[in-house]
Formats: sequence, C-alpha cells, structure tokens
Amino acid sequence: MVKVLIPSGALGLGYDRDALARGITEKPDIIAIDGGSTDSGPHYLGTGTSKYSANSTKAEWRELMAARREAGVPLLIGTAGTCGADSAVDWLLDITREIAAETGETLKVAVLKSGQPASRIAHALGAGKVTPLVPAPEISPELIDECTNIVALAGAEHIQGALETGADIVIAGRTTDTAIISALPLSRGCHPGGAWHGAKIGECGALATTSPNSGTILIEFDAEGFTMTPMGAEARATPHTVSAHMLYENSDPYVLYEPGGHLDVTEATYTALDDRRVRVTGSKWVPSERYTVKLEGARKAGYQVVSLALVRDHRYVENIRAWCDDIETKCSAKVRERAGDGFSLELRLIGADATLGPLDAKAQIGSEVGVLGIVTADTEAMAREVAKILNPYLLHHPLTEQEEMPTFAFPFSPPEMNRGMVYEFCLNHVLELADPWEAFSLETVEIGA
Amino acid sequence: MSRLGDIVPKVRSKNAGPFWLTIDIFCGTPEMFRRVSEGLKTEAVVKLLQADATLLKRFDIDSLNVVKFSIPRPQIQGTRLDRDMHGASFAALVAEMEI
Repeated sequence: MVKVLIPSGALGLGYDRDALARGITEKPDIIAIDGGSTDSGPHYLGTGTSKYSANSTKAEWRELMAARREAGVPLLIGTAGTCGADSAVDWLLDITREIAAETGETLKVAVLKSGQPASRIAHALGAGKVTPLVPAPEISPELIDECTNIVALAGAEHIQGALETGADIVIAGRTTDTAIISALPLSRGCHPGGAWHGAKIGECGALATTSPNSGTILIEFDAEGFTMTPMGAEARATPHTVSAHMLYENSDPYVLYEPGGHLDVTEATYTALDDRRVRVTGSKWVPSERYTVKLEGARKAGYQVVSLALVRDHRYVENIRAWCDDIETKCSAKVRERAGDGFSLELRLIGADATLGPLDAKAQIGSEVGVLGIVTADTEAMAREVAKILNPYLLHHPLTEQEEMPTFAFPFSPPEMNRGMVYEFCLNHVLELADPWEAFSLETVEIGA
Repeated sequence: MSRLGDIVPKVRSKNAGPFWLTIDIFCGTPEMFRRVSEGLKTEAVVKLLQADATLLKRFDIDSLNVVKFSIPRPQIQGTRLDRDMHGASFAALVAEMEI
C-alpha cells in the first residue's frame, strides 16, 4: 500500500490548512503537488515564467516544506512554475533555497529538467521521431527554431529516478499531471491501471469531491486499485464525483495517453466505502511498443498593443459594426501608406460578441460598447505606430461625412497599452525516445548547508 | 421545445489542452439523460460550433447522465484570433440550444 497526499490542484492555488494537517496525521508515503498547466495560455511557456505570484508560491511552498519535515517523507512538485521550463524550475529552486536558509534546514533536492534544445527536436524531426497528434500545426526545423521554449512531458520513469536519489524534495520541470502521483505506487508494485487512474482523479486535488476548495486529498494505492479519501472536514468523495472527474479537461473520458502506454477506465468500477470514501478497481494500463513523450512549444507571434475606447452615443452603438468596419479599412490603408506592412488590426466589440465572435449569432448589444483595438505586428515599434495611427479614429471617427466631429471615451491616457511580445503554442506532437532519459536531465543539489 | 440550459443542471466547457475543447452536459437524471441523448443531434452541435464533424467526439455516458462533446478548438488556445483563453464560454452557446 502506498499513500499519496495531494495538498491541492496546484501550488499557488491555496488549500484548507486543517485538511493538510489532517493529511499529515494519515502518515503518507509522499506529498505530491502539481505546479502548472497550459490552461492559462502560451505566455508562460513562451517566457518560461510562473503565472502565480512569487510571494504566494513561497508562502504555500514554505508550508508544504514544513509538512514534509513533519511527515518525514519526500515532497514532490511537477511542472514547476506553471510551464515547467528550465527557467521556471530554477525559479522554484531559488525560492526553495531562500526558505531553507530562513528555516535553517539542510536539504537534498533532486532537480528534473524537461527543457528541449531546438536542435534536439529538429534532429528528431529529421529522423522521423516526432509524430503529430490530432490536430497538429505544420512544423518545420525553422518553426522549431523560433520556439523560445520547448518542453517534453516527463513520465513516471523520470519521477521514479528523481525519488531514487533519496532526495527530500523533488522539483520537476514539465511532467504529465499524473506522473507525479503514479510514480511511487508504480515503483512499489501497486496495480498499474489503479496507479494511473488514481493519479488522474487526484491531479486536481479536491476537485473530484463535493468541496473543491478544501484542496487536500489522500489516495491509497494497492495491488488492485485505489481508494480516495478527502481530507477536508466537510468534503466527500462519491462514485459520481470521482468518476465524473474523468470528464474534466479531458477530450476522451475513458482513455488517457501517458509516456509508455495508456490508461483505459472503460471497465472501472467505483464503489462507495462509506459516505465520503470511494474505492476504484478494474482500471487497465496498456503498455505501448514505443516510448513517447508529448512535446509543448511556444513561439513568438509578434508584438501586441491594445487600445480601448468606449462608445455610449446610441446612434453609434446601433451602427457600431459599420463604424468599426470603416475604421479598420481606413486605418489599415493609412498605416500601409505611412508605415508599411507587417501588422494586423482587429476591433473587437466588448458588450456585443467579443467572447464568441461570429459563432454568437444571437448576440445583443446594450447601451454602450467597448471597442478593443488589437494591433499585432512584427516589431514593437510597428505595433505602437499602428496603434497611434488608430488613436484619432477611435477618438473622433464620424459615422457619416456630414456630421459634427464626435468624441468617444478613452478610459486612459494614453489609450495604447503595450502587451509586449505575444506567443503561441505550436507543437501538438510526441517525441519517440529509445531511452526515457535521453531527453531529460536529473541532478541533485544540497541546499541550506 | 426547451432551452437546454433551462432543463439540465449544468453545461460546462473547458480546454482539454491547448488544441481541444470539451463540452460536458450534466443531465442530472436518467430521464433527462435519455431526453438529451436522443434529442440533441450531433449535426446541430457541429453546426452551432462550426466544428469539423470528422474530428468531433461524442460520448453518451449513462452512468454519469452526461453527454460529452470534444472538438478541436475553433482557434488554438491563446493565438491572435482566440477570444476565450479557458474555453469556458462555449458552454453558453450550447446551453442556448433548443431541444
């Protein structure tokens, strides 16, 4: 039996401290937490930075380090710093050093890195070792070279290697959400289907319970399956909350691909042990012939400047689309004439259909509309230039030639807001490896000494 | 005819990674599940979301009383033309479908 304590769905997201304390009294074998996700968009991988505040991360990590000290078991984080790029791993390692220095602890930290040099991926592409998933953007060695960060999602093998160093703390770069939970149960001979299935159910902490905000859960893995127990006082796991979690952010609720195989939960059974614990058996792990790891990459997609104008005059609100179309046409022509090409301009109507665009056929407009001008260009200077040429249109453009010059509301001066470099995800591919370690690195460091 | 969102407890849409969108219709009871499962045509969802019908996945899960659709994201998450980073608003469109 292996007990994995999961404090919450992600470091920085918060959890119920009483629930964590209760979890420690259950004598877990490991404390495992996820540090990231692609769900907040490509900026974080593009820049190799964290979404969460350094102070929040440090406050929670300090508490988890204290929990580790009390429990006397390894503390493990996967996908450190939101994106799991090497720079994000170093960022969390620095925070860990600061905390260790403040608490006077001496700790052994295993650092697993998942960053991929473009040359390795380009070479693998040439060798036929990079396979597209559906739907995959077209890629080329040039596109790979444009990525500011590429990471591969580490699997259970990599986490097991990190744990075998005997480290007190494991800080891992990009891993699958599940590998950080399944690794120890798998290496101790627990049921492979149960290990991966329990890991999937547990990856978001208490999300698979009746009290998602309580955060902390305990999963006990054994030879046949797993048992999930929420640690929040009011939290309950039911067969419905547990099985329904397979739907969550999953395109297929029955099958989950991982490095080295896939999980199939079609035959799984979910049984209530009492009114708050659920037992799951019958999950199946199907090993694959090839060992593949998923790749994520973000590349530069230009510089962006946005401007916001507010339109309240009812005649303009009623004719807002025609007004915006006219501005887009006239402004774009003026930019080409005065500043050149290499830009895109979009006016998005906030209060009309900004959320869903053309799909929102039934969208209705209220008494005012926000006009968000979005300029994306090849250079920062060009993006600013286009936004400045747009400025007089957003301020004064008349609906017809024969009317007094109108003036609209700018909430800020200047109305132009520089968003800097923007990024886009450009890889939905897997990388085939002859040896799981050929694309990952592991080192151990002593800190606080 | 009823609006789907008025008769089921919840319609949820989320990213399933940067390249997929998944929509879960929680029907609540076996009776409502049957009504939605039989009444909600895949073609109508394809049309509503302008999805590629050959890539759409549909799951009618009676054990959960859930009907689930997954489609490639209309725009890859976070690209210039994407409007909804977390994909949560597509649920509103589905909830407004007549069934």
